Amino acid sequence: MATVATSSFQKHRDGPPDKPPAPHTGKRRLSRQRAPWWFVLPALAFFAFVVLVPSAQGGWWAFTDWDGISPVKHFVGLDQFRTLWHDQAARDAVGTTLLAALSITIVQNAIGLLLALGVNAHLKSRNILRVLFFAPAVITPVVTAYLWKYLYAPEGAINALLKTVGLGFLRQDWLGDPDVALWSVVAVVVWQFAGYSMVIFLAGLQSIPQEIYEAAAVDGAGPVRRFWSVIRPMLAPAITINLMLSIIGGLKLFDQVWVMTQGGPGGATDTLSTVIYKQAFQFNKYGYSIAMGLVLTLFVIVVSGLQYGYLSRQEKKNS
Amino acid sequence: MNRYTWRTGLLEAVMVLVGLVFAFPVYVLVSIALRKEGDTASPIAPPSHPTLANFGDAWQKAGLGAAIGNSFMVTAGSVVLIVALAAAAAYPLARSTRHWSRWVFAVFMLGLLLPFQLALIPLYQTMRDLGLLGNPLALIIFYTGLQLPFSIFMYTGFLRSLDPGYEEAALMDGCGPVRAFVRVVFPLMRPITGTVVILNVIFVWNDFLTPLLYLSGSGRQTIPVALFGFVGQYVSQWPMVFAGLIIGILPVLAAYFLMQKRIIQGFAGGLKG
Repeated sequence: MATVATSSFQKHRDGPPDKPPAPHTGKRRLSRQRAPWWFVLPALAFFAFVVLVPSAQGGWWAFTDWDGISPVKHFVGLDQFRTLWHDQAARDAVGTTLLAALSITIVQNAIGLLLALGVNAHLKSRNILRVLFFAPAVITPVVTAYLWKYLYAPEGAINALLKTVGLGFLRQDWLGDPDVALWSVVAVVVWQFAGYSMVIFLAGLQSIPQEIYEAAAVDGAGPVRRFWSVIRPMLAPAITINLMLSIIGGLKLFDQVWVMTQGGPGGATDTLSTVIYKQAFQFNKYGYSIAMGLVLTLFVIVVSGLQYGYLSRQEKKNS
Repeated sequence: MNRYTWRTGLLEAVMVLVGLVFAFPVYVLVSIALRKEGDTASPIAPPSHPTLANFGDAWQKAGLGAAIGNSFMVTAGSVVLIVALAAAAAYPLARSTRHWSRWVFAVFMLGLLLPFQLALIPLYQTMRDLGLLGNPLALIIFYTGLQLPFSIFMYTGFLRSLDPGYEEAALMDGCGPVRAFVRVVFPLMRPITGTVVILNVIFVWNDFLTPLLYLSGSGRQTIPVALFGFVGQYVSQWPMVFAGLIIGILPVLAAYFLMQKRIIQGFAGGLKG
């Protein structure tokens, strides 16, 4: 999704998407006048009802003490945010969310890129591998989370496998140990979506003309040099898309955590999304929950804005 | 350059090994689901006496038939609405050069940045006030509003690169603008419609948090929530639980294997903008 936002901004920046028509294309003007403006109304109505209005309400309710039941909402100014600032659990959740988003972004894209480079080579099994690596991305996250919960159990498949291959000393209580649990959750997300990153990188790789590789090889560039100086710059759009997608997905992380640990043990895997859910639907602290939602919103906007600004400068430099 | 050298062979071996690691969880999923209840063999051992009985048990106890029906209804309803509304909205947004059109487009794109956690609770209240909680209609409305920005973005991008000559010919022939859209423009957008459908079907089918909130306690669950409740109830009976999980993902997985090329293209290409 983030991607989409990215490229749309890009279009706006790189020049208006709809340049004024050249004078001789009178026909073109006809279609522009004839596209009925009211065609946007039904979409706008749904969008306003589901996203715009509730988001604006949320922005306002974050400054009230509303409990979700009573009809009155008292304006409390920044009280909720002050509480948030002093709430150790909430601060931990912010830290956990950022850490998870960052590590998911790095590991998922590194693996996705390696898979794409591998599958892009002339392997006999490349089609099967491509289908296999991408498959987890279409599976319901609730299902993969349960599957992994079983795999991670102390007497589960991963510990059994480690013992079988002689790495028994690595056995862990993967979800029960507060120091390990977050990384276990991150690994599940990476396993599920590395194939997604791979597919986007692969599309980028396949858009690079074969001659460019060959020219670089003829000029005596080794594989590493070829990757860094030839492939990487041409992959820049795919890199931007992938980084945006994974960081925003990581910031909103909920399903996998909720199914596998519900934020435990001892809050070690609580993310902003799970805390928002708990505060609202288990503790009826709606105003507080929405204040956290607003914090999450700011994180998403700031992080994706910074990232987009940086990456598009890189893209420009390369082109 | 394209010869199959020993290096390629080595790479192939490494990649296949990585593939096996990726597939390992799925192997466990299937092998446990085929086990007899109470089989205490190591979790990585293949089933000694494979049985399909778990699938029947899971189907009955999890109420998966009804949940699949609900998921189908919600997914189909949402995706039809998304496609119709997004395609229609994209038409003037892509063709008009007026100021308002650029503004409206920008407002839609704002929707891509706002995390839905912000709107979640206020919308929950509104749905409650309207008496829509527990009604799959609430989900259809929600997904439609939520997924429109992204779908409009895809359609608009496609339309901008589509030659307006076709619709103009229709307009010159005296076709009204609505008919020109329905008969000429929409059919021409088929490739992007395919992508929009695929991405939205997978998103809606798999979504968990929204139905957890809007349908909770109604007995009209979608697949992910039905599985969530089912596993909670029978948590120690893994063979049956895993059979249930497999049934739950089978529709999407079957579609994926039947149309893998198209689906992978949809994910990769649709996002290029």
